[in-house]
Amino acid sequence: MSPADLQQIIDFTYIAAAIGFILAIKWLGSPVTAKRGVVIGEIASAIAVIATLYDPQVSQLKWIIITLIVGAAVGVPLGMVKMTAVPQRTALSHAFGALSAALIGIAEYYIAAPGVPRFQMAEIGLEVIIGSLTFTGSLIAAGKLQEILPQRPITYKGQNYVSLTTLAAALGLVVALVIHPEMTFLFPIMIGVALIFGIMLVTPIGGADMPTVISLLNSYAGFSASLLGFVLNNKVLIVAGALDGASGFILSVIMCKAMNRSFTNVLFGAFGQVQATAAGAKEERAVKSASPEDAAAILGAANTVVIVPGYGMAVAQAQHKVRELYDILSKKGIDVKFGIHPVAGRMPGHMNVLLAEADIPYDRLKEMDEVNGDLPQTDVALIIGANDVTNPAARTDQSSPIFGMPIIDVDKARTVMVIKRSMAAGFAGIDNPLYYLDNTMMLFGDAKKFVSDIVRELSGGGH
Amino acid sequence: MPADFISSLFVFILSAFLGIELIKRVSPLLHTPLMSLTNALDAIVVVAAIIIAGRHETRLATMLGLVAVAASFSNMVGGFVITDRMLSMFKTGKAAKKS
Repeated sequence: MSPADLQQIIDFTYIAAAIGFILAIKWLGSPVTAKRGVVIGEIASAIAVIATLYDPQVSQLKWIIITLIVGAAVGVPLGMVKMTAVPQRTALSHAFGALSAALIGIAEYYIAAPGVPRFQMAEIGLEVIIGSLTFTGSLIAAGKLQEILPQRPITYKGQNYVSLTTLAAALGLVVALVIHPEMTFLFPIMIGVALIFGIMLVTPIGGADMPTVISLLNSYAGFSASLLGFVLNNKVLIVAGALDGASGFILSVIMCKAMNRSFTNVLFGAFGQVQATAAGAKEERAVKSASPEDAAAILGAANTVVIVPGYGMAVAQAQHKVRELYDILSKKGIDVKFGIHPVAGRMPGHMNVLLAEADIPYDRLKEMDEVNGDLPQTDVALIIGANDVTNPAARTDQSSPIFGMPIIDVDKARTVMVIKRSMAAGFAGIDNPLYYLDNTMMLFGDAKKFVSDIVRELSGGGH
Repeated sequence: MPADFISSLFVFILSAFLGIELIKRVSPLLHTPLMSLTNALDAIVVVAAIIIAGRHETRLATMLGLVAVAASFSNMVGGFVITDRMLSMFKTGKAAKKS
């Protein structure tokens, strides 16, 4: 077989891979076909990788095979992390993806430099900038999620101007390189500036905005792969990158809508300032608190229960105890559903994965709109570690910073129970009027311990 | 403007529109596995890394290519492993009782 024939066969496998990727995402659409989607994705990727190893340009396979083995050895443990660590793992994989796209762009540059054609220089420059900023930005996000770095937004005066100037500088360096390709010393400076911009982009963003940021970084990682496809004229990269980029983009739009905020508002954050004003307006009001015995008695007498989980449930690792509560209530013939807010947790779909891991059937996990239709006929709404997503001020109080944000209308249930460590405000730093309602009972304590106390009461005292 | 650019742009625009339509239909239940799956698919960048590393044009390019091979292949393997694990956990009421 001539090298040209071989090249054609490889191109055909890339087309097959692109079809496989599209089917993978199509089948992931529903839980029934989702596993098939993973299998076709794996086959498509494997075909493309194996075909590439036969590419006539590729010689001395030994080192490549060794590196593939190293990659797999790193990848498998990263695929086996605990479900609670999925958000930081995801951020880390955005970092890896962006890093490889950036490194390939950098390699292409130095192969061609200083005689890089102008158009290609612009493509490489943009590609390397997006890849680099996504790399550092994702590392910061992973650090925040792993709690190596503080989760609170870190802000200073004039921050947005400094950040935007940094981005403008990076783009300016690309323009300079297009005009003067011989000034190769500018290229590493451009990379450095883009790396710094990535850090600046994510550092000011707080924990509660992580679902949007993770989605945005996902989208950047995808588009950097697509741009790399432009540089190398490799269509399968363009397809995979566009799918990944579109996915991240759609998810960020969904997350922003679920918080009633715009992209710019999340990125050039307002929550830091909000915190200061909202805390000042806080007043002392009486709340009703209740014991696990009281909570168990009311839950046991209910016909319908809606459980609303939040990040607090993940932090307390309470999901398995919640499953026990679900089991015991279901056995009593009580209808138990879960109301999942799109931004509950630290990444899109976070709560669903944790509850599914705890063996709660997915047909019990309801989207916000669906559960909101049921809440007025619900006996008990039990909130575990969620705060801002249940705050009725979002519906009623025009002066509230979260006014207009869609919430789960737990206040419409006959009885509201809130498991909470203390009266401290949520991540948005906003007081929650839900806690002072007549039909609200506050259950103060650690989520895991409190739920297991309720379970013990319901199963007829200690065992 | 190189001729390749237009055909690349063509492919990009069509895939992005297709991606948007497909992803809109993904149930919010599966948004986390969606992200890990698209991450694994995006790791197809590994083919470009293999070519750069295998062309041996400069020592620097080969080194960068090899690092990119490791980074993207770990994403590919890890992404599929975790997506598969997550999807195995999603069970309906009946299936959950059986297990």
